[in-house]
Amino acid sequence: MSALLEVRGLSVAYGKVEAVHQAALRLEQGRIVTVIGPNGAGKTTLLAALMGMLPARGSISYAGEEIMRFEPEQRVSRGLCLVPERRELFAAMTVEDNLVLGAFHRYRKRDQTIAADFDEVYRLFPRLQERRKQLAGTLSGGERQMLALGRALMSRPRLLMLDEPSLGLAPLIVRDIFRVIAGLRETGVSILLVEQNARAALQVADYGYVLETGEIVVEGPSANLASDPRVIESYLGLVSSGAG
Amino acid sequence: MSRARLVLGMFVAFMLAAPLALPEFHVTLLNYIGLYSIVTLGLVLLTGIGGLTSFGQAAFVGMGAYTTAFLTTAYGVSPWLTLLAGLALTFAVSLFLGFITLRLSGHYLPLGTIAWGISLYYLFSNIEFLGGYTGLSSLPEINVFGVALDTGRKFDYLIWTLALLALLSMHNLLDSRSGRAIRALKGGSMMAESFGVDTARLKTIIFIHAALLASLSGWLYAHLLRFVNPTPFSINAGIEYLFMAVVGGAASVWGAVVGAGILTILKQWLQDLLPRLLGQNGNFEMIVFGVLLVLLLQRAREGIMPLVLRYFPAPKKLPQAAAQELPRRAQPACGESLLELTRVRKAFGGLVAVNELSFAMRSGEILGLIGPNGAGKSTVFNLVTGVLPLTSGEVRFRGERIDTLSARAIVPYGLARTFQHVHLLPTMSVLENVAIGAHLRGSKGVISAALHLERAEEAMLLAEAARQLERVGLGPSMHEQAGSLALGQQRILEIARALCADPVLLLLDEPAAGLRYQEKRALAELLRKLKSEGMSVLLVEHDMDFVMKLVDRLVVMDFGEKLAEGLPQEIQTDPAVLEAYLGGVK
Amino acid sequence: MNTEIALFLIQDGLTNGAIYALLALALVLVFAVTRVIFIPQGEFVAYGALTLAGLQLGKLPGTAWLLLGVGLAVAVVELAQALRLGLARRIPAILFKFIIIPVALLSLAWWAAPQKPALTLQILLTLVLVVPLGPMVYRLAYQPLANASVLVLLIISVAVHFAMTGLGLVFFGAEGSRTPPFSDAQWKLGVLNISGQSLWVMGASLALIVALLLFFEHTIYGKALRATAINRVGARLVGVSPAMAGKLSFTLAALIGALSGILVAPITTIYYDSGFLVGLKGFVGAIVGGLMSYPIAAAGALLVGLLEAYASFWASAYKEVIVFTLIIPVLIWRSFTTHHIEEEEE
Repeated sequence: MSALLEVRGLSVAYGKVEAVHQAALRLEQGRIVTVIGPNGAGKTTLLAALMGMLPARGSISYAGEEIMRFEPEQRVSRGLCLVPERRELFAAMTVEDNLVLGAFHRYRKRDQTIAADFDEVYRLFPRLQERRKQLAGTLSGGERQMLALGRALMSRPRLLMLDEPSLGLAPLIVRDIFRVIAGLRETGVSILLVEQNARAALQVADYGYVLETGEIVVEGPSANLASDPRVIESYLGLVSSGAG
Repeated sequence: MSRARLVLGMFVAFMLAAPLALPEFHVTLLNYIGLYSIVTLGLVLLTGIGGLTSFGQAAFVGMGAYTTAFLTTAYGVSPWLTLLAGLALTFAVSLFLGFITLRLSGHYLPLGTIAWGISLYYLFSNIEFLGGYTGLSSLPEINVFGVALDTGRKFDYLIWTLALLALLSMHNLLDSRSGRAIRALKGGSMMAESFGVDTARLKTIIFIHAALLASLSGWLYAHLLRFVNPTPFSINAGIEYLFMAVVGGAASVWGAVVGAGILTILKQWLQDLLPRLLGQNGNFEMIVFGVLLVLLLQRAREGIMPLVLRYFPAPKKLPQAAAQELPRRAQPACGESLLELTRVRKAFGGLVAVNELSFAMRSGEILGLIGPNGAGKSTVFNLVTGVLPLTSGEVRFRGERIDTLSARAIVPYGLARTFQHVHLLPTMSVLENVAIGAHLRGSKGVISAALHLERAEEAMLLAEAARQLERVGLGPSMHEQAGSLALGQQRILEIARALCADPVLLLLDEPAAGLRYQEKRALAELLRKLKSEGMSVLLVEHDMDFVMKLVDRLVVMDFGEKLAEGLPQEIQTDPAVLEAYLGGVK
Repeated sequence: MNTEIALFLIQDGLTNGAIYALLALALVLVFAVTRVIFIPQGEFVAYGALTLAGLQLGKLPGTAWLLLGVGLAVAVVELAQALRLGLARRIPAILFKFIIIPVALLSLAWWAAPQKPALTLQILLTLVLVVPLGPMVYRLAYQPLANASVLVLLIISVAVHFAMTGLGLVFFGAEGSRTPPFSDAQWKLGVLNISGQSLWVMGASLALIVALLLFFEHTIYGKALRATAINRVGARLVGVSPAMAGKLSFTLAALIGALSGILVAPITTIYYDSGFLVGLKGFVGAIVGGLMSYPIAAAGALLVGLLEAYASFWASAYKEVIVFTLIIPVLIWRSFTTHHIEEEEE
């Protein structure tokens, strides 16, 4: 089976500082793959580069096409979608307008099925429907993450990239969000999940990579990684026991 | 003799001979280049180096010109007195304009100067006693030691003497304590403020400096032509001055002469060529200037000087080993209470980033503040350093409240910081970057700097910077450009800069972020050494490996609150911490 | 001063103020979306007025040639980029958009101008000749520097203003033009004579403002522009490219500029370089609104218009001095109400 996303030798540098070094990863259609690693390992940089938001070197093959030279907008219209760590919502616009803009590239293509996706997003997140006339800036942290996810779904992505969806959220909401993520797989969306919350991420993912100081140091099926002592060590410094 | 000195010598020799040897027309051109260079020099300082800009310099030129034209023709005042009058008037006006625009975001100054440039132009054109559109004529000639400067050839010497003095004093200024702070304005304001630099004041100073140079040029212009009318002081002239500064570039004060020279000659040439080409008269050179500038900003934003300077390597600044040491503050006894946070709270709108956080640290310890991404560590750091105001609560340092102070006002208490994303001036040498840290340990201002009367203090500051660089082990890289260092070294540079402030407490914001393994080890070793020398360190960090081996005590944050506090080994086995870091344990 | 004069000055001030308000809105829009302080806005005013004036005389306006010239420049830049990226399939579209269409418009103008078509057609022709210059200027001057600081973009704006003023001189000559009013009607309302022309100006400005409002509130592209202004990163992530938003906002600004020129042409004589001052008066209004608020900017621009009308009555020689000195109290007010030192972008 050919991969939906195949990344080879990807390096990203901020000036002289290389934040991601020669990363390689692979994601098959319909899978959830997670990249975990401690804060500052380069996870966010990796996603930003995949989305085309940062200049990078190497090769990114998506759905059989080399997309390295494409602008982010062109990647969006091919079905890539990033929900960034900072959410990047349109704070001074309504929830509904945020969702409408999520489907921007589909409006440009005169897609007639957008209305149905509104219903679907509101079904997943009834809270958004209640607040659809409210400004995005007035939402709570959890609602913002729902809106960010909803906006992403409105673009009808083939590959959804999520950067720290649990960041700053209370445990109960984290559970909800991960339930939605797991559910998305059923609809055929492939997901690349970047998380610091390693346990939650490995629970939903099929396969995982551990990124440390810009390099992929360990990879494997999630179940194996969850019990790999190197993962815990990379997170907690000297600790190599007592976690489990 | 260095190559730069040789070229300077040739330039001076040329300037001495040129008025005698060249045809009249070329001398006139040279005169104009000199006049424009003086104005452009101010813009090189203001725009190129300080990152501010003004399109209204022509109006300041006009102020200088009209002040002398009016006072000398109407009241017969000596031109030397009117020079002072013009400068005084310009000083007052630029101080006022600077005061009202420099506190606003960067683009209000240029917009303000456009408006003010236009309104002054129409004022010159309509005031009756200034001669309206026809202007004022029959200005007296200037006498220098009894010699009347009645021809362009003689006047040339005055123009270029003053231009060279202006260049020299600017060169001196930039190579000083104040000069380093000025060079930090563009891109390093926050850093400079956190070492006690009053950036608002410096911005006002360079704006006034540029205005005074323009006014001086106007005075010269008026007495060179012995006639003034409003046309040369229009907004278009102001725009052309800015173009000259951009073309020359800010890499050196000589950019002013290069920019003024190129644009003056180009304009002359185009004014001959284009009307013939297009078969009608008009200022068609505007098109070429406009297009040229757009291309220049797209392709070579630094102007022409960097290309020239490649052939003139800057001389190394050697710190004098014999320089006196700067006085140092008395350090607190080990174990004395240092920093105390009491129920500190910070809310951004409805979002509570830090909630009722309290902890304390003592002199001589290394305290680590850790927590997962988004826990509020950096916010705490910004609250302690005065970058952000508290919503409620108290921060005390050695018993005194510091939470109501600005970042700049906190520095004298003995706190010095580094930045999560390194903030240094990449084109400046490592030594000069570090010397910024000692800003508050010097006191000499811009005037003594321009005249180089502060060399003793400067030597002490540089010697201190060199000493701190040796202390952190960066001595060998002292003369390199800061931007050429690896990230690990840049972070260590930041520590040296902080040490230069002679701090009681060192605040480090994620010093290990992005470092390679070896770099982290070197950093940890340095911090241990500093601790053994009695330095106290507060460290915000997320790299657990780094922190655990280094600190005496840890405070762990999660969701803006204190999750745990204790020794590293206690923290590592604390179940709440494990859960916060690795996620929900089911 | 009697009531009659006072009312007349108000009418005069509001008429000019309406035009400044349009320009102020365009400036706020362009700044919000692209961070460009759009000094060349005024040149579009002059181009609009002078193009219409040319058509009314039955002459081929210079703008037609200018459009072709600028189109060729854009085509060269776009082709170079397409070849560098290896996207040869873009070539036909580039040739069509930047060469064939300008040639077609040039031919159309050539054919239509001597026949002196109806005013509405002349206005339409003016718009299709002037407005495309907006996005083209964005493409040539600003797009390569989209990430530069506000200051660099401002210097670019001034450079573009210089070039466009010079080009205006080449293509329109140094002579000024004034077009006949759209309407000679006069109504007597008490002591006041209301001229049809000022009603035209105020009505058209109001209609345009309402149209803009509807565009921003109810269309996907209007929302995309607002989104870019609010959060550029977020906008990119949903597929709104900054280049597209930039071109669109410049198109709107050029449209507003050209229409303002068409409206102002019967009121004052316009020269190739008159646009600068007109545009800057819009700026003074926009600065009152802090370059952020649309309604305050529009109100500020109306104030500028009124101030100008009264200044030209009381001290006509000092009219410009008074209008541009207004910016000083405005800046004083702003500097005491703004409390932050922001870190510059570079």
